[in-house]
This record gives sequence, structure tokens and C-alpha cells, in this order.
Amino acid sequence: MIGIVGYGTQIPRYRITVEEIAKVWGADAPSYKKGLNLNEKSVPAPDEDSATLAVNAARNALIRANVNSKELGAIYVGSESHPYAVKPTGTIVSEALGCSPHVHTADLEFACKAGTEGMFIALHLVKSGVVNYALGIGADTSQGAPGDALEYSAAAGAAAYVMGRDNLVAELLDTHCYMTDTPDFWRREHAHYPEHGGRFTGEPAYMKHVSGAVKAILDKTGMKPEDFDYMVFHQPNGKFPVQMALKLGFKEPQFKHGLLTPTLGNTYSGSSPLGLAATLDIAQANQTILVISYGSGAGSDAFIFRTTNRLLEVQNLVPKIRTQLDEQKMYIEYGAYTKFRRKILKPE
Amino acid sequence: MEVAKHWREAPERYRLEASKCNKCGKILFPSRLICPQCDCEEFTKINLSGKGTLVTYTIIRTAPPGFGDLAPYAVGIIELEEKIRILAQITDCNPDTLNIGDKVISKFRRMSEDGKTGMIYYSYKFVPDVGV
Amino acid sequence: MRDVAIIGIGMTKFGELWEKSLRDIAVEAALKCMKDAGTKRIDSITIGCMSSGLFNGQEHLASMISDYLGNKHTPATRVESACASGGLAVRTAFMEVASGMSEYALAIGVEKMNDVSGDKATEALATAADGDYEAFHGINFPGLYALMAKAHMHKYGTTRDQLSQVAVKNHHNGSLNPHAQFPMEITKNTVTGSARVADPLYLFDCSPVTDGGAAVLLTTVEEARKLGKQPIVVISGIGVATDTIQLCQRKDILTLEAVKLAGERALKMAGKTIRDIDFAEVHDCFTIAEIMVMEALGIVEPGQGGPATESGLTALDGKFPINPSGGLKSKGHPVGATGVAQICEAVTQLRGEAGKRQINNAKTALTQNMGGSGGSCVIHILEVK
Repeated sequence: MIGIVGYGTQIPRYRITVEEIAKVWGADAPSYKKGLNLNEKSVPAPDEDSATLAVNAARNALIRANVNSKELGAIYVGSESHPYAVKPTGTIVSEALGCSPHVHTADLEFACKAGTEGMFIALHLVKSGVVNYALGIGADTSQGAPGDALEYSAAAGAAAYVMGRDNLVAELLDTHCYMTDTPDFWRREHAHYPEHGGRFTGEPAYMKHVSGAVKAILDKTGMKPEDFDYMVFHQPNGKFPVQMALKLGFKEPQFKHGLLTPTLGNTYSGSSPLGLAATLDIAQANQTILVISYGSGAGSDAFIFRTTNRLLEVQNLVPKIRTQLDEQKMYIEYGAYTKFRRKILKPE
Repeated sequence: MEVAKHWREAPERYRLEASKCNKCGKILFPSRLICPQCDCEEFTKINLSGKGTLVTYTIIRTAPPGFGDLAPYAVGIIELEEKIRILAQITDCNPDTLNIGDKVISKFRRMSEDGKTGMIYYSYKFVPDVGV
Repeated sequence: MRDVAIIGIGMTKFGELWEKSLRDIAVEAALKCMKDAGTKRIDSITIGCMSSGLFNGQEHLASMISDYLGNKHTPATRVESACASGGLAVRTAFMEVASGMSEYALAIGVEKMNDVSGDKATEALATAADGDYEAFHGINFPGLYALMAKAHMHKYGTTRDQLSQVAVKNHHNGSLNPHAQFPMEITKNTVTGSARVADPLYLFDCSPVTDGGAAVLLTTVEEARKLGKQPIVVISGIGVATDTIQLCQRKDILTLEAVKLAGERALKMAGKTIRDIDFAEVHDCFTIAEIMVMEALGIVEPGQGGPATESGLTALDGKFPINPSGGLKSKGHPVGATGVAQICEAVTQLRGEAGKRQINNAKTALTQNMGGSGGSCVIHILEVK
């Protein structure tokens, strides 16, 4: 048996609304809100980045896991906004958690699925017997170009998963990965903001890979959509994952707990990992959860988990997602937002 | 470019690593070579809990170089559970709403950087303990 | 130990001295001092300067200043204790004479702060705090003293008005001092109408950035008599103490332990109590500092510094005048020079030469010079022999 021993998250406290952004660019807020099913997004404070979010999420995960950081055999940090272009985030996280030096660490990138990649590798490394516990983290503080559609949704957050063999809160039933070379969204080196293929990002990209991964894992396991208690899709906005889920035969009660984008935004590598965490926060024992991530470029990782009794013992040990999303929010205006996100800078 | 100086401080800044005197139990943050209470020179490393109370604070409005973008921000002296005190920024808050006596907890945050191409410095900061 | 007298004092104007370099300022103060003493003999030079390295890119002041003072190959030493460097220089000169090492010992305090930008000056001053555990976290000196001010207001009920009164009083005194950088009267509204620096402190709670130099010449009382000096002003007590460099590690952040101990040591050496002191020059780097120093020295009970200032205890015509020179606030604070300038004011008062700011019947003085947020303190007791 392998699976999740503990999970933890960190969402910034600052928020900016769709109205606030639309006001500046003379855009129609109601149509963005409707079109994206999105009201507001998280904004990282000037002193937050993917490394800090990863560390704070990992600390929460270790508390739920009740595992000493020195027992971690591997740490993987997936992000598309690593603080350095060259210098691992993983080593900073390891040092902050007190894991070094006898630990395997790597930084991962695959657009928005870098987080689940880390989870995939951590799970299978534990399965192979090479390590007892491994940590997979998805953390991002991605940027959207000013006035672009992505500016409304590009948000920040992190989720961390301690994988192991004992004291599981959720057992792993199966995984599957579905990947092709599809140029829907990219960023060249030295470019400050990413570019995307407009409507091409829908069917040939997100839809194709998510449904491809779903079909493959359902075939593999002989399971059907109605067999799952919950499902979590990668959620770049509040629309795509809902359309996708309904089309594939899932119902609203299954995905509503894991759909965070409407008040969080797209946390990129944190997207489906945070959706899973929100689901774990409210799940009962012995419930099945399907998780499908998506990363542009493109690919999807699929996971099926089944919760255990122990989940109920750990849910309340650290702040839950709903608490972080619904309470203690601090709203900022566009001026503060551009300063926080370093879109405007004082001269050196 | 002061790489070694900052790297050396990682245990304290990243993990609130302190020393406990083997003879009298006094907790020292940062660590020292000789205990100011009993002159003992042997210590055990511990990690502080990061939970504490605000003893005093100020709101920096005219910031020192490198911190101008953050102003106004709060800096305070926090008394930790271990009964030792530490100076740190209080972040994730409207500084005007802070009060002496507030409960705070430590978080790993980005402190500053050596320009756009130099090293990034991480450290402890504290946030109001409001359950998130 | 031999008895030590101050036979000469000299100061430059304090302010933005654009036309004068570091060495110009140091030498000018020294030459004025020697003229005042009426002698050219110097057996040793001690220079108090916090950071000529960071402000001026220049170390090795021992050589440079001895050189530019006439290149007489004089033994010279530079001492540093942040803002207490000047006081420490006087103490070192005292020890030269008291021990018999020198007959005539010159102490020069100097700082040239305006050759670098405001930002670089702030960075240089920050080195008086703990670099890794204070400055790194984005706190500056106004911030450190603001932490004390807020706690002081919380515990003792010290008011914003009482802090402002310190600045108002010192500016009044400074308006009577020809060497002062800002010799103008102000009101409490001037203080709270100025820029907010670190709550609860405003710009006018803070001493300025200043260029300036001051010098004193010490010799034995016997030599002073031979030179016909009248009155003879002696240093009868010196006390130095250190405390934790980090503010948060003090036993009590509202007690300036270094000041308290230095005061006790100085008074003990002089065979006096604080009740015997007629007036004091103290280190008002920030308004709250003057209040806390009053309490540490035992001039008032802990927590009573604010009310005492408000009631006029420390005014020029009060029962215990503090900072008749205008203090660091109005006179200026060229860091290394301050400790020596305080001695110059004390001597001027004790000689009866302070003109419009003369304190009546001034016979015994205390000067208190402090480094950083209270990590070090040097106190001198001076009296008329």
C-alpha cells in the first residue's frame, strides 16, 4: 500500500477582484466573470514566492503526516515560477525543512502539471522501496500579462504531499500519464509574460489531454464516473473543468468541493493539488477521489485515491483550504497589485 | 556579492535553529560560543516553535535602502513560547491594526535580494495568528 | 592615577559642511582647541570616528590626522564605539595622561557624513545595530528607538506631547548656540507635522545627519596650574559599560542598562551621586532616548522622564538642565564628534562662557554618550576644581 500520509497548503492572504482589474483596462467585468466563472484571485505578497509558499505548505503537510522532516528521502518542487532560473528551489525547501543533506531533490517543470509530476514521482519512488517517505509539492506565483485574459486568473498558492507506505490518509489505487507535444501555451527565456494560442488552448489542448487521461485510467481500472465520490480537474478557470467534467459523465456534487478557481484563481502547479487538498479537507473515510492535472505543452497526470479512517484524525490539525479561501482575506487595488507583482519598478 | 555571509545564516533564518546550554538550559538565539548565564561552552541544537506574542512594534514609514517597496511595514519584538525574544517583520497584516500582546506565528518569507541578478535572501517573518 | 584637567576645547560649526573634507574638519577642530589651550604641545592624539571607511572611503585616520595636524610623528589611535566613539576618545586621552603615558593628550571627534548619499549614510549608521539580526530585517535606527518609544508609552503612559517637548526644549537651547546645525525654535506641532519615520516617531524626533568636529586637550592638573588656567576644569569620573547589541536581548528593553552602569561607575569614581550634578549633556539621538537616559541615570524614577520634561525640570532654567547646547537634535550629530562636543559644552558652561545659554552656578557636569540602541555608553563627570 502506498499513498498520501499528510498534506498541507499555503494560500496568500491578498486578493484582487475581477472588477478591479477590468476597471483599469476598460473591460467588461461581468462578461469576464461569467466567461471564466471567476470572481477574484489570490495575490502573493511582495515577500512571497514559490519557495516560501512551498515551505509553508510542506510544514503543514509534515504536521498532518506526523513525520519528522529528517525521514524524508526525496523532495520534489514543481513550479513554473521558480525563484531562480538556475538554482534549485528544492534545496531551499530542503534546508528550510531541515532535511539536508541525505535527501534526493529535484525541481520540476511542465507548465501547470509540475506539481502532480512531483507527486507522481514521489509516490512511485516510495513504491519502489528506495525511500520511506517522499514529498511532492506544487507551488506557483505565476504572472499574467497586463490587460490579457490570463491576468484575471493567474494566481498563487501551494500544496504539498508527503507520500509513504504507513499511516496513510489516502491510498493510491492507480496512476496514468497522457502526454503529446502540443503548443498551446509557452514562455521563451527572457520573455516576462507567457503567450498562448487563444482558442487553441481548449479542444486540442486541455480537453484532449484531460479526457485522454480520464478514459485511459477508467479503462485500466474498470471504473466508471459514477463510481467516484469526488473528482478534481486542473482548473485554469471555473469554466473548463466544469464543462469537461459534465461532458465526461461526472456530476456537480462530485467536483464542487475541489473547484476552487472561482475565488482563488489559477494557481498553475498548485491547481489540482490544491483542489485535491480541499477535497481531502471534507472527505469521509473510504471515499474515492479522481485527480486529473493538466500542463500546457501538453500532458495530464491521473491519480485515483481512496481515503482512510486516519484522514479524519488529521483534517483539523492545520488550516483548511476553505478557511484560507473564505476568511482573513485582504483586498488590494490594482496599483498595489502591480507593485506587489513587480510589474512597475522604481528605478535602481 | 556577500554569498557566504548569508549562506552561513541559513539554519537560524530558515529554521529558527537555536542552541540550548547543556549546563543551565538557557536557550540562545542566535547561537553563541559561550553561555552568558553560566559560561558553559557546550550546547544542543534545537528548533524554536515560532509561536509568540508581540512585545512592542513600530511601523517603518521611511524605510532603509532595499525596503522602500514594502513601506509601510511593521517590525516588532516578539517573545516566543521559549521565553526568548526575537526581532522580526510582521507581515500579512495591515500594520495599523496591530496591538502589543497580539499572538503571532513564524512563516518562511522572502526578505530581500541583491539586485535583480543577485542572490535572494529568505528568512523568518511573523504573521498574526488568525488561523490561516 | 594622576588628576586630569581639560585645558583646551575647540569645535567646528556643525552642519552640511560642503566645502570641508574629513581631514579639514578634524584639523580645524584640533587647531581651535590648541589655540584655546594656548599650547602647541601634543604627546598623543586619539581620534573618535564611527566610520570614515563607510562615509569617506578612508581608514588609517591615526596617520592621516596626525600628518595633517603638522606631521610631528605623534603617537595616534583611533577608537570606535559607534555613536560613543567621541566619548571613548576622551576617555582614552584621559588614560594617557592619568597613567603618565603622556603629558598632553588631544582627543578629536570627527564625522563627515554628507559625502555619501542619504541611502549610503543610512546603511553606514545601520552598522551600529546587529547587522544579521536587526538591519537585515529592515529596521533602521529610528525604528529601533520607536520600538522603545512604543513600549515606553504602553507601560508608562508617556505621551506624544512629552516626546515633542524634548525636541522643542533642545531647539530652544540650540537657538542660542552659534555652532548648532539647526538653531531655530520649533513648536510641538512642528514635530508632529513633520514626516512620519517609524511610528510613533516623526522626522523631528530624530537627530540629523551632520558634518562636524570637536577636540579637547587634556593634561595634568599640575600642568594646568603651571599654565595659569582659571578655572581648572577636571574630569573627576569616567564610566563605561556595554550591553547586548541586539535591542531584543536586553534584560528589559525599557532600561538602558549600559547607561545605568556607566553612570554608577562614573559617579563612584568621582565620589558623587546624581544629586550632586548640576546639568548634563545627554545623547538625544531620538527624543525618547533623552527620556530613557534621564531614567537610567536616576535623574527621575523609571517612567517619569516624560512628565519631568513636560514640567520643565530639564529646561535651561529648570532644576536639572539637560542639553544646554541644543543636544544632538538641534546642535547636530556628526557621530564620532558628538561625545567630544558634549565635553566642549560642559567645559564652556563650567568656565562660565556659555553666554545666553549659561546655566547659573554650574559647578559639576555629566556628559553621556551612547552607541547604537544602547549597546555601549561612556559617561564623564566634570567639575571645577
